[in-house]
Amino acid sequence: MSEEPLLRLQEVEKRFGEFVALNGVSLTLRAGSVTCLVGPSGSGKSTLLRTVNLLEPIDGGGIYLRGEMLGFTVNGDHRRPVRKKAARRQAANFGMVFQSFNLIPHLTATENVMLGPVQVLGADRTAAGEQAHELLTRVGLADRFDHYPAELSGGQQQRVAIARALAMKPSVLLFDEPTSALDAELVAEVLAVIQELAREGYTMLIVTHELAFARDIADEVVMMDNGRIIESGPPERILLHPATERAQKFFASVSR
Amino acid sequence: MTLNDAVRPVTGAPAGGAPHEKPIRNPKRFAHWASYVLGLVVLAVAVRFFVFNPHWEWSTVGAWLFSRRVLSGLLNTVLITIVSTVAGLLLGLVVAAFRLSQLKVLRTMAAAYVWVIRATPGLVLILFVYFFAALVPTLSLGLPFADPFVEVPTNHVISQFSAAVIGLSAYLGAYSAEIFRGGVLSIHPGQFEACHSLGMSTWRTYTKVVGPQIVRVITPSLANEVVTMFKNTSLVSVIGYVELLTTVQLVYSQNFKTIPMLTVAVVWYLVLTSLAMFGQSKLEKRFGRGFARRVVQVPDAGEIPEQEARHV
Repeated sequence: MSEEPLLRLQEVEKRFGEFVALNGVSLTLRAGSVTCLVGPSGSGKSTLLRTVNLLEPIDGGGIYLRGEMLGFTVNGDHRRPVRKKAARRQAANFGMVFQSFNLIPHLTATENVMLGPVQVLGADRTAAGEQAHELLTRVGLADRFDHYPAELSGGQQQRVAIARALAMKPSVLLFDEPTSALDAELVAEVLAVIQELAREGYTMLIVTHELAFARDIADEVVMMDNGRIIESGPPERILLHPATERAQKFFASVSR
Repeated sequence: MTLNDAVRPVTGAPAGGAPHEKPIRNPKRFAHWASYVLGLVVLAVAVRFFVFNPHWEWSTVGAWLFSRRVLSGLLNTVLITIVSTVAGLLLGLVVAAFRLSQLKVLRTMAAAYVWVIRATPGLVLILFVYFFAALVPTLSLGLPFADPFVEVPTNHVISQFSAAVIGLSAYLGAYSAEIFRGGVLSIHPGQFEACHSLGMSTWRTYTKVVGPQIVRVITPSLANEVVTMFKNTSLVSVIGYVELLTTVQLVYSQNFKTIPMLTVAVVWYLVLTSLAMFGQSKLEKRFGRGFARRVVQVPDAGEIPEQEARHV
């Protein structure tokens, strides 16, 4: 495979004070592939996702989208953080779906989905509104256009958040434990939407604890522990026949 | 007639025998009746105090309430309040932004400002500004220890009006800065992160997403400060600016109707405070969008009953 992957992480390092959150993580995502990040809490999965979206600046290594290094510009013998405007442009390549939805409480479902296109892309309000209705319909919320987040269930809120991420036509969708804050009976409706997006060919990086879901949807499962990738490969092999003892222990402790 | 007939309710379905079929009523308890009695007693005391006490001299109050002199004092109070509130809130925004800055120098400057102003009584602050000429005889624009570009005597700049405005807005600047900062801290970090991942600029994040939520949270405290400002304008009577309180003081020093004249001032302060509180409730309604309870109309699904606003 000589072709440049869509997203490439090279020896990414991230520290919080003394604590090493990411310790040289390398990972590649082909266009149209679905990658699931699994591992115990505190292993660095969410941090990895947040560094990709430039929510956390990295301390070493590099993240490349279509060959372009994110977050830094090379300046002679060193590199420096990109300017805010460039950072915003780079961040907008990713559609982030958060564990706690993070919808804007004083905007309706439609207005939440319109926010990015209108405020960032300078889209016309009518066109953005039509697009928002289209996306909300796609995630099964055709009867909830004018509801405020507080009037929606957790699963509905998360589906609005997915529609909001899609509205920016992102190159990569990032999901940070999208169902962890949901009641058990609402998990399925959100997973179904994500599965549908996978079928449509979106490139996705998903942090999840839903191993059955990961097995169904992922092209590659990546297992992290202590800020490192300890195993990666096709879901059947990683989830059913993990090579390392650490992974075997982890999968045994998580109900499948 | 049996006992059962006697307790049967007059309207509605006849009460069946089973306990669960009986209608539910909340009896009025002793505290209920006692509160009515208390209310009547307080009302009677108030009526006696305000209506049947000739020393109020309500006719004098009425005669002065809309007099040209009092109205011009009132106008000065309103003017000074509006100018100082606008300047003070703008100053507060800047100070709050400095306090939340990533640059330590700005943070320290803002913290020092808030510290000093909070420690200084408003009255002292106004006097300080008014007598600033004693400290710095000439005001100059330029670099410290270099020849100034412009130079004016301090007393040409500091009038009673400008001293009042500078003193009061410096005061509000420090207090409102803390309110604004509290408002920003009350916002869930996820709101900022959501805007970041959409690629929104800091300006748009604050004006479109975070700002309205901050306004909702800080309106009660901010309204408090504005109401306080109406009354703090009375402090400027010490430097002889003729606002509402100074006006009535000047009048009663001549006609000796102390209580009626003070009442005139209090009535106007009541009116101004009511206006501010009206504005507050308007503001709270406007920015309560998405938080208030409401009935939602859903196409083809009839009405969804009111739902409790959930806070995530």
